Amino acid sequence: MKPLQDYLVVDFSQFLSGPSASLRLADLGARVIKIEKPGTGDICRTLYTSDLIMNGESSVFHTINRNKESFAIDFKQPEELAKLKKLLAKADVVLHNFRPGVMERVGLSYEDVKAINPQVVYGEISGFGANGTLKAMPGQDLLLQSLTALTWLNGNDGDGPVPMGLSIVDMLAGAHLAQGILAALYRKVMHQTGALVQVSMLESAFDFQFETITTFYNDGGELPQRSKSNNANAYLGAPYGIYETKNGYLALAMGEIPVLANLLACDALQAYPENRFELRNEIKEVLAKHLKTQDTAYWLNILEPADIWCSDVLNYEQLFAQEGFKVLDFVQEVQMQDGYRYKTTRCPIKIDGESFIADKGSPKLGQDNEKIIKEFID
Amino acid sequence: MRPLEGLVVLEFCQFLAGPSAGLKLADLGARVIKIERPVKGEACRQLSIKDLFVDESSLLFHTINRNKESFAADLKNADDVALVKKLIAKADVMTHNFRSGVMEKIGLTYQDVLAINPKIVYGMVTGYGTKGPWARKPGQDLLVQSLSGLAWLSGKKSQAPVPFGLSVADIMCGNHLVQGVLAALLKRAKTGKGVLVEVSLLESVLDVQFEAITSYLNDGGQIPERGDVNGSAHAFLSAPYGVYQTQNGYLALAMGNLLYIGQLLDLDFSAYADSKTWFSHRDEIRQLIAQKLRGQDTAHWLNLLGSKGVWCGEVLDYETLDKFDFGMQMKQTLDLPGHSLVTTRCPIQLDGEILTSKKSAPKVGEHNQTLAALINN
Repeated sequence: MKPLQDYLVVDFSQFLSGPSASLRLADLGARVIKIEKPGTGDICRTLYTSDLIMNGESSVFHTINRNKESFAIDFKQPEELAKLKKLLAKADVVLHNFRPGVMERVGLSYEDVKAINPQVVYGEISGFGANGTLKAMPGQDLLLQSLTALTWLNGNDGDGPVPMGLSIVDMLAGAHLAQGILAALYRKVMHQTGALVQVSMLESAFDFQFETITTFYNDGGELPQRSKSNNANAYLGAPYGIYETKNGYLALAMGEIPVLANLLACDALQAYPENRFELRNEIKEVLAKHLKTQDTAYWLNILEPADIWCSDVLNYEQLFAQEGFKVLDFVQEVQMQDGYRYKTTRCPIKIDGESFIADKGSPKLGQDNEKIIKEFID
Repeated sequence: MRPLEGLVVLEFCQFLAGPSAGLKLADLGARVIKIERPVKGEACRQLSIKDLFVDESSLLFHTINRNKESFAADLKNADDVALVKKLIAKADVMTHNFRSGVMEKIGLTYQDVLAINPKIVYGMVTGYGTKGPWARKPGQDLLVQSLSGLAWLSGKKSQAPVPFGLSVADIMCGNHLVQGVLAALLKRAKTGKGVLVEVSLLESVLDVQFEAITSYLNDGGQIPERGDVNGSAHAFLSAPYGVYQTQNGYLALAMGNLLYIGQLLDLDFSAYADSKTWFSHRDEIRQLIAQKLRGQDTAHWLNLLGSKGVWCGEVLDYETLDKFDFGMQMKQTLDLPGHSLVTTRCPIQLDGEILTSKKSAPKVGEHNQTLAALINN
């Protein structure tokens, strides 16, 4: 039995943040119905990355919206809105990521939905919450990374701001929304009460940095200083970083410098018996020069048996060939209603030993209208 | 009332992934009790950044473990284990991130615990799952990032792999553990039975890459290739997506209609009329934009582009952010006599309220006495 079996989620959200939350709920067993605009649907359907089109739609859409149904309905029309409300009356969860004010204008605010469904758990993701000065800005991942100073943590000193190369803030906001919704559902089960759950990309991006921001609050307001080379964390000393070898790269997470000096047979490192933070640029420079002289495997064979925390640095092709990856069974194949099949990842959570595999692919726009109307509206 | 009020969580976890999950559960209303070894306590108490300590434990520990209680117990001592078992009998949830074999030795595997508490939700964090050649590898954030392909997504093509500059695998794994535990509580509410929840750092950081991996799986196995211009922000996205230097700072430009942006910037983009070139020629295009944007300050461009609906924004740092309280009330001051410890709060708002808590991290064993009452109750 999946934990959210028999739960109904009605999802108005688009792009990544909200839909990633409902994907998690779907994998955990909920029935998720996407509410989409007739004709165009979720804008993500045409948001191509790498120009990759799969079965007429973007790879991003297929990734985030598998295991869901689609109900195309123009709820700006009063008679359509009335139909939709019959579905909302049955929902355990309603969620959206429209800009503040949109759901109020169409008559689907939390108060509106609560009036027809008093125990509904109503989740929303915004870019900036109710903050007055920012709320009109687009809640877009790169803009949030830039605004919240995340870009000053990656890369080396002198690189300028370096964004994280995927939509991390969207995913964090989605993860937090899923948490808030699940917690509220638990309260609903125990106490028969509904809830309003609100998450913003701004707060999620700050929560992600809770360690470094708390450090900033308590160290007299110093800005993070990335190391000159091989930076992996602006707040950690040498050797923490990724180093080039003769044939690839080596990640090195820790190690007393004199111990490393002996293991790696690096005389120049012997000059640093004391690993002071201020010396990290020098130490990393010495290490970087030395590690280039041999292959990655050569170093791993020395360091791993000595319990030094280190690893190879892999790309997808290399990763997929590893036994350690294969045993996870992390790839699943799903099928759309028209028979189109594609491969994607699975839910990262296991419950009672079960990986949540679901072979249902992403929905074509409006593919479930007839069934949903029959079941909830007629 | 907070949604998890009344629930008792026992946290056997150390460092970041598990304890960050415990923190979220605490902020959502659960009573979270850290089980720590006597005297020294959890290892993170001694793990500091910038040598910052508060009340004998690192600031890092305080950040992750506020709003919790501490029960000191030596899990190698039979009497202490007997006490812990009594606590487990009263708990709703327990979490741990020990290496495989440790809980077997102590006698607190999921099967063992079910015998004491048949309704327990048992959460386990591992580095790489429980099977295969990596199961015994150290589950450390940078190593997991490096093995998972993540390091090839940020920075420039001509650079070495660029890891994320914070512990993204730990943090996402903590988030997934929270989701798993909450889902398990819903399952328990239906079945009345205990539930096992398993997450791993590797699967969590692969989940973060679900879009990139799905592209890789369906485009004939093409390895993501980073752009090679400063400020490249996404291996899969077309120009103008990225960060640009201006006369006095930096400007972020998200996705948008390149031809329209060219018009606004007075750049001749007629060679890029076909939108496919926005991806195939992204470096060349981004260089043209970069040249232009260097000529004026950030405010000028924000005004010019932002007013026309182009998705753009400023690149800030902690100092500029702090001037407007990080854009909202993100700060809270913990209750810790003699110290002014300011940290962030829970990012989830419930019923229109922010969730704050003044309770600071506990001293090792601070709650042994009060918990004795719970045990004997």
